[in-house]
Amino acid sequence: MTVVAYVVGAILAVAAACALYRAARGPSILDRVLALDVVLAIIGAALATRMVVTGNLDNLVFLVVASVVGFIGSVTVARFVTDRK
Amino acid sequence: MIVENSQSVLDVVVAVLLISGALMSLAAGVGLVRFPDLLSRMHAATKPQVLGLLLFLLALAVEFRSWALIPVLLVCWIFQLLTSPVSAHMVGRAGYRTRHMRRDLLTIDELDDVVEKAARQRKDDRRKKGAQPDPG
Repeated sequence: MTVVAYVVGAILAVAAACALYRAARGPSILDRVLALDVVLAIIGAALATRMVVTGNLDNLVFLVVASVVGFIGSVTVARFVTDRK
Repeated sequence: MIVENSQSVLDVVVAVLLISGALMSLAAGVGLVRFPDLLSRMHAATKPQVLGLLLFLLALAVEFRSWALIPVLLVCWIFQLLTSPVSAHMVGRAGYRTRHMRRDLLTIDELDDVVEKAARQRKDDRRKKGAQPDPG
C-alpha cells in the first residue's frame, strides 16, 4: 500500500504541476479559474488517498466542502467576466 | 487463509482504483497544458472532477467497507455531479461571450445561428421603430 501511495502521490504531483503551470500562464482569467478547479480536485484526490493510507476519516468533510467552494468560486468568476463591460 | 486472500484482493482493487483516479488527474493536467483553447481545456478539466472523484470515493468505500460511510460518499459525489455541469456551463458561456476561444477549431457552432438571428431581429425592430415618428 505504501508503494501505491507513493505512485499516486507522484502522479498527482505531476498533474498539479501541469495545472499550476496553466494557472500561472493564463492567457485568460477563465483558463486560470479552470486550472484552479483542477488543482482543487487534485487536492481532494490527495486527501482521499491520505485517508485510505492512514485509515482515518478526518478529511471526509473537506471532500464535500471542496466541491461547494469550487462551485461558488468558478461561478463567481464566470459572472464577473460576463458582466464586466 | 480465505480472509487473508480476500483482503489482498481488496487491497489490489483499492490500489487500481487509486491509481486510475490519479491518472484521470494526470490526464486533466496534461490536457490543460497541451490543449489550444478554453473549450477544449474545459473538456480535459472535467475528468478528475467527476470520474476521478468517483474512483477515489470507490477506493474509500472498498477500503473502509462500512455502511455508515456510503451516504456521505454518495452526497459528496452527487453534489459534485450537480455542481460541475453548472459551473462548466457558466465558464463556457462567459468564454463564448468574451470570445476566449478559437473559432477555427470549432466543427459546429449552433449558438452562432441563434445569435445571428437575434441580431437580425433586433435590427428589424429598430428599423420599424425608426420608420414611425419618434415619440421622444
